[in-house]
Amino acid sequence: MSFLSRYIFSTNHKTIGIQYFVLALTAALLGTALSVLMRLHLTYPEAKIRLFEILWPNAAAGGVMTPELYLSLMTMHGTIMVFFVLTTVPQGGFGNFFLPLQIGAEDMAFPRINMLSFWATALAFLVLCSAFVVEGGAPLAGWTAYPPLSAVGSIAGPGMGKGMTLWVVSIALFCAASLMGAINFITTILEMRTRGMSLFRMPLTCWAWLVTALISLFAFAVLFAAGILLLLDREAGTSFFLPAGLVINDRILDRKGGSPLLWQHLFWFFGHPEVYIAILPGMGVVSTVLSVFSRKPVFGYRAMVWAMLAIGFLGFLVWGHHMFISGMSPYSSLAFSVLTLAIGVPSAVKTFNWLGTILGGRLHLETAMLWALAFVSVFVTGGLSGIALGQPALDMYFHDTYFVVGHFHIIMGVAAVFSILAGTFYWWPKMTGRMLSETLGRVHFYVTFLGVYAVFIPMHFAGIVGNPRRYSDFGQFEFLKDVQGLHKFITHAAFLTAAVQLLFIFNLIWSLYRGKKAGDNPWNATTLEWLPPSHQPHIVVRGAYDYSVPGARRDFLMQNESNGQ
Amino acid sequence: MTRNETTWEGGGSPFAIGAKPLGMWLFVVSDALTFSTMLMVYTYSRLANPHWPAPFAFSPSIVQATVMTFVLLSSSLTMVWAVDAMKRDDRRKTVQYLSATMFLGIVFIVIHMREWVHLINDEHITLTANPWNQPLFGATFFGLTGLHMAHVTIGVVYLGIVALGTRMGKFKTDHVETSGLYWHFVDLVWMFIFPMVYLMSVKR
Ligand code: HEM
Ligand SMILES: [Cu+2]
Repeated sequence: MSFLSRYIFSTNHKTIGIQYFVLALTAALLGTALSVLMRLHLTYPEAKIRLFEILWPNAAAGGVMTPELYLSLMTMHGTIMVFFVLTTVPQGGFGNFFLPLQIGAEDMAFPRINMLSFWATALAFLVLCSAFVVEGGAPLAGWTAYPPLSAVGSIAGPGMGKGMTLWVVSIALFCAASLMGAINFITTILEMRTRGMSLFRMPLTCWAWLVTALISLFAFAVLFAAGILLLLDREAGTSFFLPAGLVINDRILDRKGGSPLLWQHLFWFFGHPEVYIAILPGMGVVSTVLSVFSRKPVFGYRAMVWAMLAIGFLGFLVWGHHMFISGMSPYSSLAFSVLTLAIGVPSAVKTFNWLGTILGGRLHLETAMLWALAFVSVFVTGGLSGIALGQPALDMYFHDTYFVVGHFHIIMGVAAVFSILAGTFYWWPKMTGRMLSETLGRVHFYVTFLGVYAVFIPMHFAGIVGNPRRYSDFGQFEFLKDVQGLHKFITHAAFLTAAVQLLFIFNLIWSLYRGKKAGDNPWNATTLEWLPPSHQPHIVVRGAYDYSVPGARRDFLMQNESNGQ
Repeated sequence: MTRNETTWEGGGSPFAIGAKPLGMWLFVVSDALTFSTMLMVYTYSRLANPHWPAPFAFSPSIVQATVMTFVLLSSSLTMVWAVDAMKRDDRRKTVQYLSATMFLGIVFIVIHMREWVHLINDEHITLTANPWNQPLFGATFFGLTGLHMAHVTIGVVYLGIVALGTRMGKFKTDHVETSGLYWHFVDLVWMFIFPMVYLMSVKR
């Protein structure tokens, strides 16, 4: 095998998994850097900062960001983080690497399509990043790209011309890649399991990947169509999302007939399920890690499966909760609100089952376990603010404030990242043969855990005061004078949290050279990926979480072990 | 056991089909969502704009669309025969039926293209403008039928590849069956477009 077919255009699921992982790590570093720059500007809006001028000689002439530059950084930060980190690592990265191993398959069902999905994702990322360097710079429309401003071209501002077009093309590509990935995951799970691996013996990670793939199959198909329509509005002169009589930058548009609300419906029909695409695989990882490090079976395995299916299904019925202030009928609001709160039920089932899993267990507080416990913590915190937002009456006020920013960063950003970190610490020995440093891991954990709470909890308070989101300069408003101190605090906490991530990167690199060698099964786990590589198919005889089985010779029984006497 | 062969051993097989047809089924499901989105956008636009035009005269538009419907329906029939022949391992017949299906697909495209040209040149309906000043009429019409026509075109090419592979003995029943799923789906979509786009806009 040549270098190219082995490392670049490989069809091997493990290589592809690592490729996704590296791509997403790059994206995460870029996204984090952007967020640091944004916080810097927000806290010192008037200060002349040399770095800004070096990076953007025009848009930050004299070292002060224009509001447009701020919005473009925000758009790129959100898009990169949501699509290329949270959607990519848990499914494309971990899923590709571990799904075939866990179900005892040789590879994914369609290895070549798998390779194509990865390269389409990588291309989508390049197309997105190229928006930074084209004329006008990156788009300003946020990760939700609301028309009319996203549909009319450069008269809506710098970056809304070429940059916005590149954004739409990138997202359409990403959709195609995700659809191919989803088909591959579902087919692999339904068709390629080894003997004895019935659906209800699968590890919960596999269930999570299955449900996520099902959600992706529906959600990305809709976003794909919406993206094409937006592209037509921008490039072919149609008016799907443009009503009559729009005046933008003192110019009257000659389009008519369409509605920006149509985009909101299509986008959020994708957008809400998307938040579960980001977090469900993490729920699978956390369930497994909690069980392994408590040496107890997952509490209520079947309930966990049904809860995931219920979340996936209900997730398609609640998109309206992002549109409470769009002028929809109060009766629709009520329906969307009730359905939204209904998702709290399966979510609570999962939370209580996680608690049930660790209750009375022999807890081993390795770093992987710490991240899993922290996931449960932030999931509960973010769920509580979600319940507030799910009330139309409260959301009228909270919408487009920092309260929402706090909510979704805690529950989507932080929770998903925590599960990714749990997965990384848990699976790194399998991926590289080396252990990560526990000492570095712990320092990184404690600082990050306290850091994210210090960053995102105060945002809720700023939101309650009425602090708007997607705004580049709060200094202009009398009523926000009092929250300036809060913002300063947030920024400092954010710097600290971002800086300590370097420790994690260092840990990854260090372990590749100096990390303790890992045995085949360093955590004494039960699932098939921890068996030594073999050419015989494994024959599964039991479920995925047989820890501390009474009468067994040791405190875990692997899925292919008969009775262990 | 090769990698793509089903290694199903995990209890009762749920659908009793191989990986390839299942993959195609899943593609069809997601593609159906893409088309549904387009139909939804069309419905939304139509309801949001009073005085939606109804320009399709019985002759030639509706007659043509009816003929196109029959052409597609017949192509589904020849496709069924192709799969059936393949199951009996009659490769010669399979290739013949596949070719017949492709031919009907091309007939569909030709009639459809002629209609497009007629609408654009004689009725002055384009993607962005039309005599009734209802720009979304053209946008949804060409958007929906264009997306569908692209699917038929891809289908013809796809069937061509399958026919070639079948003739050279490289492809198995799975391949033909999978392409059949795609083709039937594309036909099915037309059965929504015909009433929703044409019959609901008959000139009165
Ligand atoms: C019971 C649980 C939840 C409820 C009731 C809930 C409710 C809401 C509501 C009503 C909004 C809209 C706020 C507004 O824009 O005014 C919102 C925004 C959001 N939620 Fe949740 N949520 C819940 C769980 C989650 C989860 C689990 C995630 C992700 C994993 C998530 C991610 C988001 C995101 C990303 C946004 C903001 C989107 C944007 O406007 O940019 N939420 N949530
Ligand atoms: Cu939502």
